Amino acid sequence: MATQVETKGWTRDQMAARAAQELQDGYYVNLGIGIPTLVANNIPTGMTVTLQSENGMLGIGPFPFDDEVDPDLINAGKQTISQLPQSSYFDSAQSFAMIRGGHIDLAVLGGMEVSENGDLANWMVPGKMIKGMGGAMDLVAGVKKIIVVMEHNSKAGDAKFIPECTLPLTGKNVVDMIITDLAVFHRVDHESPFRLIELAPGVTREEVREKTTAKYDE
Amino acid sequence: MQKIYPNAEAALEGLLADGMIIAAGGFGLCGIPERLLDAIVASGVKDLTFASNNAGVDNEGIGKLLRTRQVKKMISSYVGENKEFERQYLAGELEVEFTPQGTLAERMRAGGAGIPGFYTKTGVGTQVAEGKEVKNFDGEDYILERGIRADLSVVKGWKADESGNLMFRKTARNFNLPAATCGKICIAEVEEIVPVGSLDPDCIHLPSIYVNRLILGAPYDKKIEFRTVREREAA
Repeated sequence: MATQVETKGWTRDQMAARAAQELQDGYYVNLGIGIPTLVANNIPTGMTVTLQSENGMLGIGPFPFDDEVDPDLINAGKQTISQLPQSSYFDSAQSFAMIRGGHIDLAVLGGMEVSENGDLANWMVPGKMIKGMGGAMDLVAGVKKIIVVMEHNSKAGDAKFIPECTLPLTGKNVVDMIITDLAVFHRVDHESPFRLIELAPGVTREEVREKTTAKYDE
Repeated sequence: MQKIYPNAEAALEGLLADGMIIAAGGFGLCGIPERLLDAIVASGVKDLTFASNNAGVDNEGIGKLLRTRQVKKMISSYVGENKEFERQYLAGELEVEFTPQGTLAERMRAGGAGIPGFYTKTGVGTQVAEGKEVKNFDGEDYILERGIRADLSVVKGWKADESGNLMFRKTARNFNLPAATCGKICIAEVEEIVPVGSLDPDCIHLPSIYVNRLILGAPYDKKIEFRTVREREAA
C-alpha cells in the first residue's frame, strides 16, 4: 500500500488494516458488515485466522469465481462466498452457542455510537432505521474481545465517541477498542477508561480532542 | 406411516388456521421453504405470527405474505432489504418482536427441546431486556428468554430419505434445524428424496422424528441477494 503523505487520517481500507493488526495466530474471528468485512483482506501472511459466519460456517473463503457461485453458500451479509478445505457448516443455534459461549476470540463490528464506558449502539435509529440487531447483541455479549470500527464523526460532523449513547444500545460496557479514521482508543479491561493509543497520519491530539466528546486518557 | 405428500398444498391440508404461530427456516433467501410459503399465501390464512430470522425481501419468501397482509406479527432479528415490511411497520400495521439472532435460534432450540425458558447474557441492559426477569449468576446479569413452541414448522432441506431423515447443504442449514424442532408439526420440503438406506446414518443432520410431512420441492430457482465474485487471475 502506497503511503499518502498529503492525505490525513485513514481510509476505510486502512482502518480495516489497522484492525487486522489485532489478529493473532490461531484466532477465531467474526467480522461484521461494512468496513469490518475488509479486515479479511488484511490477514497477515503466514497467520492462521478462521473467520466465522454467524449464519452457520467456520472457515469463510474468498468470493467465488463467477462459475462457482452457489446460492446455498453465503455470509452473514448475504454475499456469495466460497469454502476452504478446513471449513465446517452448522445450524444457527450451534453458531450462536459458539458466539455466546465465549469460543470466538475477536469480533470486529461497525458502530453508530460508542460511549466512554464502552456501551455500543449500532442497530437502530428510532423512527428511521428499523432493520434489527441481527447477531450484534449476541456477539458483544459473548465474544472475548470487541473492536468497533467507525468514522470518527457522523456526516453531520457530530462526535460518535461520546459520554453516553443516545441511540438504543446493542450492549452495555462491551467495547474493548475503537478504531476510527483519526485514531485508536483502547482499554485494558471493562473497568478502565479508554486511552488514546494511536493517531492516524497527519492527525493531532488536539484535533481528536476537538472532535470527541467522550472522556478518555491520553 | 407415509410422510411423503404430493405437493405443498396437500402437505398443509388440515394444518392451517388464522392466528397461528409458524416457525420458518432460512437466512435471508438462503434455505427458505419457498414451496410451503407459496402454498400458505395461496391458502389465504391470515393473522399469522412468524418466527423467522428475516422477513424475506420484497415479494420473495415471507415478503409475499406481507404483500397479501397475511402476517400480523414477526419474531425476527433482521428485517432490512424489505420496503413493504418497513412501510407496514411504520404505519403500525405489523407488529415486530425484535429478537437477537442467537436468542431467536436458542428460543427455537429450547422450545423444541422441552425447555420453556433460559437465561442469556445477550441483550442485558438494552431494550431487549425490558420487562424480562434479570438473574445474577456468578456476578453477571442474565435475562430470562422464553422457548418458542410453534403450531407449525416449515423448513427447507437438501436431501431426505423416505422416512424423513434430513440433510442440509452448506449455509442453507441455518435456522432450518432449530425451526424444525420447535413446531407441533413440521413439514419439510427438499430437493431430493432418496430410498431409506441411501443416506449414511452418521451424516443425518435432522433425525426423522422431527419431520412429520415431507414434499419434493424441486426444481428450485434459488435466489441470491448479493452476488459477489472475484476475477480469475490471467494464466
